[in-house]
Amino acid sequence: MTVPLLIEIKNLYVHFSVYGGRLKVLDGVDFVMRSGEKVGLVGETGCGKTTTMKAILRVLPMPPARIPQGEIYFKGQDVLKMSASDLQQVRGRGISMIFQDPTAALNPVFSVGQQLEAVIHHSANRGGKLSRQEIHQRAIASLQEVALADPERLLHSYPIQLSGGMRQRVCIGMALATGPELLIADEPGTSLDVTIQDQVLRLLRKLVEEKNTSVILITHTLGIVRETTDRVYVMYAGNMVEVAATKELFSHPLHPYTRGLMDAVPRLTGGGVSDGIPGRIPNYLNPPPGCRFHPRCPQAMDICRQEKPSSYKLSEDHEVACFLYQ
Amino acid sequence: MTTDILTFTDLKKYFVIGYSGILNREPITVKAVDGVSFAVREGETFGLVGESGSGKSTVAYTTIGMYRPTAGTISFRGQNLFEGNKTRPLALKKEIQIVYQDPGSSLNPRRSIKEIIGLPLQIHRQDENRLEQVVRLLEMVELPPDYMYKYPQMVGGGEKQMVAIARALATDPSFVILDEPTSALDVSIQGKIINLLIRLQNEFHLSYLFITHDLSLMRNVASRVAIMYLGKVCEVAETAEFFHNPYHPYTQMLLSSIPVVSEEEEKLKLQKIVSTGEIPSPVNVPPGCSFHLRCPSRMDICSEVDPVMVEIEEGHTVRCHLYGGESVDW
Repeated sequence: MTVPLLIEIKNLYVHFSVYGGRLKVLDGVDFVMRSGEKVGLVGETGCGKTTTMKAILRVLPMPPARIPQGEIYFKGQDVLKMSASDLQQVRGRGISMIFQDPTAALNPVFSVGQQLEAVIHHSANRGGKLSRQEIHQRAIASLQEVALADPERLLHSYPIQLSGGMRQRVCIGMALATGPELLIADEPGTSLDVTIQDQVLRLLRKLVEEKNTSVILITHTLGIVRETTDRVYVMYAGNMVEVAATKELFSHPLHPYTRGLMDAVPRLTGGGVSDGIPGRIPNYLNPPPGCRFHPRCPQAMDICRQEKPSSYKLSEDHEVACFLYQ
Repeated sequence: MTTDILTFTDLKKYFVIGYSGILNREPITVKAVDGVSFAVREGETFGLVGESGSGKSTVAYTTIGMYRPTAGTISFRGQNLFEGNKTRPLALKKEIQIVYQDPGSSLNPRRSIKEIIGLPLQIHRQDENRLEQVVRLLEMVELPPDYMYKYPQMVGGGEKQMVAIARALATDPSFVILDEPTSALDVSIQGKIINLLIRLQNEFHLSYLFITHDLSLMRNVASRVAIMYLGKVCEVAETAEFFHNPYHPYTQMLLSSIPVVSEEEEKLKLQKIVSTGEIPSPVNVPPGCSFHLRCPSRMDICSEVDPVMVEIEEGHTVRCHLYGGESVDW
């Protein structure tokens, strides 16, 4: 028997009904990851990164969101068809998520301890109640893990009393307290300063290494992906346009979008910045036919305006959805 | 020898955020900017780098006259910008303009782009053929003329920032402050804005004070760089020199924290300093050197005496006890 993939998304569509029509955000997303992998997901603001991840956890607000087509499997079980109680097992114990802005992710009117202990209480004890004492001990342990000093006092403090870096550590501690198999980190450092971001990412890397947790890292900072992940998905306007092993992607980006993105990053070595990619992400009410990137693509051909490219496998660890590589 | 266009001399800006004590009369102050000195040269891009709360935006806002400095001076071509209690003359306001970080909130959503760009023209009484001037300004930032009938929310983030740039240039300034002009934008659009700014600088001989927290970007646009930490400048140097030979421990920590995308950059990056500690609150700055709690090469003196700026090499100054020496006379 083969071990089922940790996450498998097949041909996922997500639409949002809004005033004025239907936003066709995800447009046939395919995504797979094995257990133990660290996968990066990069793309511009509004390309559907967070929507995809929220679909996995089924936390998209429905309505306005609809999933007209597609399947999502977590360890072989279809998440979209799960019962509420099974889903409860997936959330927290199976999959945890860290959000971009720790200030918004923590409730300002409950103390860190109340929030952290609630998480432990609800997701870590199926089949046997934990005593208060135990929950408290675990809460302290999880704060110690994220290198926060004086956890006793921290449990009694409120999010507003902590700095941004500490809040994000609390969120990481909370996400890992349930011992998830998969951690989804949605731009975990973006709202932090460079030196603090570096600390938080280093801590995150160390913890997932120790616990052998699988990670999906969502970001638009290419440098962070390069330093953290094994494999990268590049997303554009609701499509996965390229997937490759991290090293391979950074040395041989193939899709015109990926190449544009790489060129646009200012380099420490100097030499000026490129003009980037002209235009902007399409309007999802009325996305362009064919390849959604063609209006911005410097190498667009006739076929790109008519047909949507499927994913072409160029090597064991490199796939690209572009007619140039047909 | 190029001349200085804008000189900051021991600039201080404190804010009173509350009162304490028995009679509630002892002010609690935040030293947002605490003794900043540097000079921007005619025609250059001067980079000001720092993390949030380091006071870089306060420096910008004081320069355009939004705040009055608590102490110290800012002079523009030798003229003190805060002479007496007078409001700044229009002719001087015209010379110093600013582009804000987030064009989404710096452009009035209820005004058309024509009105937004036309307003400074009107205020500065340069409004002969205002429409023609608006068209010219839009063309200058590579936007089509019919954009003037649109409203900010109808155009993309990058285009909004171009409108903000056109507005800043409407009065034909010689000095423009760019307060994180691309940090609210996607990387794919950033390049276009940066290259536009560089082109405009060459065309109109502008001097820029470029504020950012992105060191990789700074490497590509600035000719000189100053690093700020908790209201003080800790290192000033030519850009190339700065990236190859940083002296201050904080600068070294910053440089080793940047995520990079290529092997060549990795080699350039310092690996030796691991970032530790939190940035202290600006209300409660530690005594002595404000960085000493996080500093890997801390000495006894650091917690007692605040270091002074010393010149280590021609044009490279550092404020750290490690390098001792005499203070620099600005």
